[in-house]
Amino acid sequence: MSAPLGSRERVLAKVRAALADVPRGEDPGDAPVPRDYARTHRQGPALDLLVDRLEDYRAQVRRVRGAELPAAVAEALERRGAARVAVPGDAPGEWFSRSGAEVLRDAPWEDRVLSVSELDAVDGAVTGCAVAVAETGTIILDTGEHQGRRALTLVPDYHLCVVRARQVVDGVPEAVERLDPVLPQTWISGPSATSDIELERVEGVHGPRTLEVLLVE
Amino acid sequence: MSSATFVGMPAFPDAARGATGNAQLRHNLRKATHTIRGKRGEVVEELDDWAGLREAGRAVKDRTLRHLDHYLERLEEAVTAAGGTVHWASDADEARAIVTRLVHATGEREVVKVKSMATQEIELNNALEQEGITAYETDLAELIVQLGDDLPSHFLVPAIHRNRAEIGRIFRERMGAWGVPAPEGLGDDPRELAEAARRHLRQKFLETRVAVSGANFAVADTGSMVVLESEGNGRMCLTLPETLISVVGIEKLVPSWSDLEVFMQLLPRSSTGERMNPYSTVWTGVTPGDGPQEFHLVLLDNGRTDTLADRVGRQALRCIRCSACLNICPVYERTGGHAYGSVYPGPIGAILTPQLQGMQGPVEKALPFASTLCGACYDVCPVAIDIPEVLVHLRERAVEGKRPGPEKTAMAAAEWVLDDPRRMHLAQRAASSLRGAVPRRLPGPGAAWTDTRDLPDIPERPFRDWWREHARGGEEQR
Repeated sequence: MSAPLGSRERVLAKVRAALADVPRGEDPGDAPVPRDYARTHRQGPALDLLVDRLEDYRAQVRRVRGAELPAAVAEALERRGAARVAVPGDAPGEWFSRSGAEVLRDAPWEDRVLSVSELDAVDGAVTGCAVAVAETGTIILDTGEHQGRRALTLVPDYHLCVVRARQVVDGVPEAVERLDPVLPQTWISGPSATSDIELERVEGVHGPRTLEVLLVE
Repeated sequence: MSSATFVGMPAFPDAARGATGNAQLRHNLRKATHTIRGKRGEVVEELDDWAGLREAGRAVKDRTLRHLDHYLERLEEAVTAAGGTVHWASDADEARAIVTRLVHATGEREVVKVKSMATQEIELNNALEQEGITAYETDLAELIVQLGDDLPSHFLVPAIHRNRAEIGRIFRERMGAWGVPAPEGLGDDPRELAEAARRHLRQKFLETRVAVSGANFAVADTGSMVVLESEGNGRMCLTLPETLISVVGIEKLVPSWSDLEVFMQLLPRSSTGERMNPYSTVWTGVTPGDGPQEFHLVLLDNGRTDTLADRVGRQALRCIRCSACLNICPVYERTGGHAYGSVYPGPIGAILTPQLQGMQGPVEKALPFASTLCGACYDVCPVAIDIPEVLVHLRERAVEGKRPGPEKTAMAAAEWVLDDPRRMHLAQRAASSLRGAVPRRLPGPGAAWTDTRDLPDIPERPFRDWWREHARGGEEQR
C-alpha cells in the first residue's frame, strides 16, 4: 500500500499547475458548451426506422399487436428450437402462455439465481427492455422491469427481446434522458459482431449470435 | 509469451522505409482503411447536425480539461459512494504495481482483458507475466496480436496489418499454446475464424474471476463507466468476473451523464462507421447481485498532466480514440501503425506520444515530422483536434535550442532578398542568366531533397520583365 500513497495529491497538484492559465475564479460551468445539435434527426416514423435499422444489423424483427404476443413468443421459440429458456423473475407469465418451452426464472431477490453454467446450458433468454433508439437500432436494457440481470442476456446464444412501442424514441439524446445511470446498462445494436478481420463485419462472436425482436404496437 | 514491446523500435523515417517496402502490408492497409473511410463517410453524412455534435464534443472535452482537478475529485467521490475503490497512478510503474497488487489480493493467477489502450500504454501484460499472472486478451484483434507475439498497429483494429490468411495461420499454429486449440482444418473465412475465437475463449469467460479493462468514458457526476465494443467479450469481462479493475486515463472524463448523448453519436460513427456499435456497457460502482462485486478504478496520469501544461498541445487530450484520423491519413495508409513506434499510431499518435513520453528520444523527436500536414485528420476528428497545428508546434519544440543550421541561414538570406523589390529583381535576373549552369540534382545535403523531386525550371527571363513589356503592349492595343 505504501508506494501509491501520495499519488493522488501529486496528480492533482500537477493538474492544477498545468492549468495555471485558467482564471482562478472561473467556474466549470463558465466554459461554454454550445448545444447546436438535434434531439432527433426526423429520419422517418420511429417504429419503421427501428425495424429498418435492426434488420440492417441482421437482427430478426416481427411487429405484433399486444394480443398476438404470446403466440409470437411461442412461434419464435419453436422456430429457434428453444426448449428451455431463461427469463427474468418478473417476466409476465402471459408471454409464455402459448409456448411449450420450459421457462427458468432467474429471481435473485427470491434466492433463485441461475448459475453461469445453467445459463450456458439454456437455449435462449427472453426479456423486455428499457428504451429503444430508432435512428441507431439500439435496444437498451437497464436491469429494470422484465429485464433481469446482465448475465441473463449475455451467456445464452439466443436473445428474444420484447420491445413496446412506447419504449421507442427517435434519437440518442432522448434515450440518454430516459435512463438512470445508477442502473447497470447494456446497449445492444444487433447480434454480437466483429470487424476485426479485414474490416469485414461478421455477426456472432461472444455475445448472443442471434437477436430476435418482437415489436409490440 | 507476451514479450513484444515498442521499446527500442527505430524512429519513424527508418521504420517507415521498411514498412512501405512491404507489399503485403500495404495491400492489407489500403483495403482496410478505404473500407472504413467509406463506411464512416456514409453514416456521418446521415446526420445533418454533425458539425453541431462535433463542436459540442470539443467544448465538453475542453470544459473537462480546463477544470480537470474539479472533475477528478468529483468522479472519485461518486465512484466511492457507489461502492468502488479509486486508485491514483502518476506513472506506468505505479499503475502496474497497483494492478498487480490487486490481482494478487484475489489469489487468482489469470485475468481476462477487454481491449484497452491505457493498459497497452503501461505494458501491463508484461508486468503481470513477470508476477506469474497470465492476462488473456479477449478482443478478437488483440487475440490475433497476442497469439502472434505481435504489436498492435491500430486503436480499433489492432491487427489491421494482418489479412485473413495470416490470421488463420496464427490461429492454427498458436491457439493450442494458450488454451483451446483451433478446430481441425480451420480455414481462412472470417466467419470460421470468429467461431474459432469464440470456442477458444468461452471457458475463460465463464470461469475467470478477475477482469482488467479500460473505459471509453468516465462520468464525473455519477461515477459511471462506459465501454463500447462489438463482440461481447467486453460484456463477458465486465459482467461475469467477481473483481473488475479498470485502468483509465485522467482525460477520459466527461462532466455529466447527459454529455453521453453527444459522444454516443460521435464515437461509433467515427470509429467503426456504424450507427451504433453492437454492445456498450455502463456500470456505476458495484450493483448488488449484478456484475462484479468488487470494482477498482485506477486513474492514470503517465504524462497527461505534462500534456495538459502545453497550451497548444493540450487539445490532444480531447481524443476519444476513434481512429478516424488513422483511417484517413495518407501516411498511415502507407506505413501502417508499427512505424510510429508507439501504442498510439497515426496522426493522433504523432502528437500524443511525444507529449506523453517527452521529446528526448529519437522516436518521439521524429514523430511530429511523420506527416504531410494535409489536414485530413483535422477534418474527420469528431472533437476537432487541430492535429496539424500541434504537429507544427511540436516541430518547433523538436528543433528548439539547436544551433542555426544551413536551413536557417538560407532562410535568413532569402528573407533579405525577398524583403526588397530591387534586390529581388536583381536576384531573379542573376538566376535567369545562370539557368544553364543549375544542375538537375542538388549536391551535398540538398541531394536528399532532389532524390525524390526535380528542381523546378528557372524561366529564361523573370516574370517582372515579361510583364513590363506585355502590360505596356496591352494598353496600346486598347
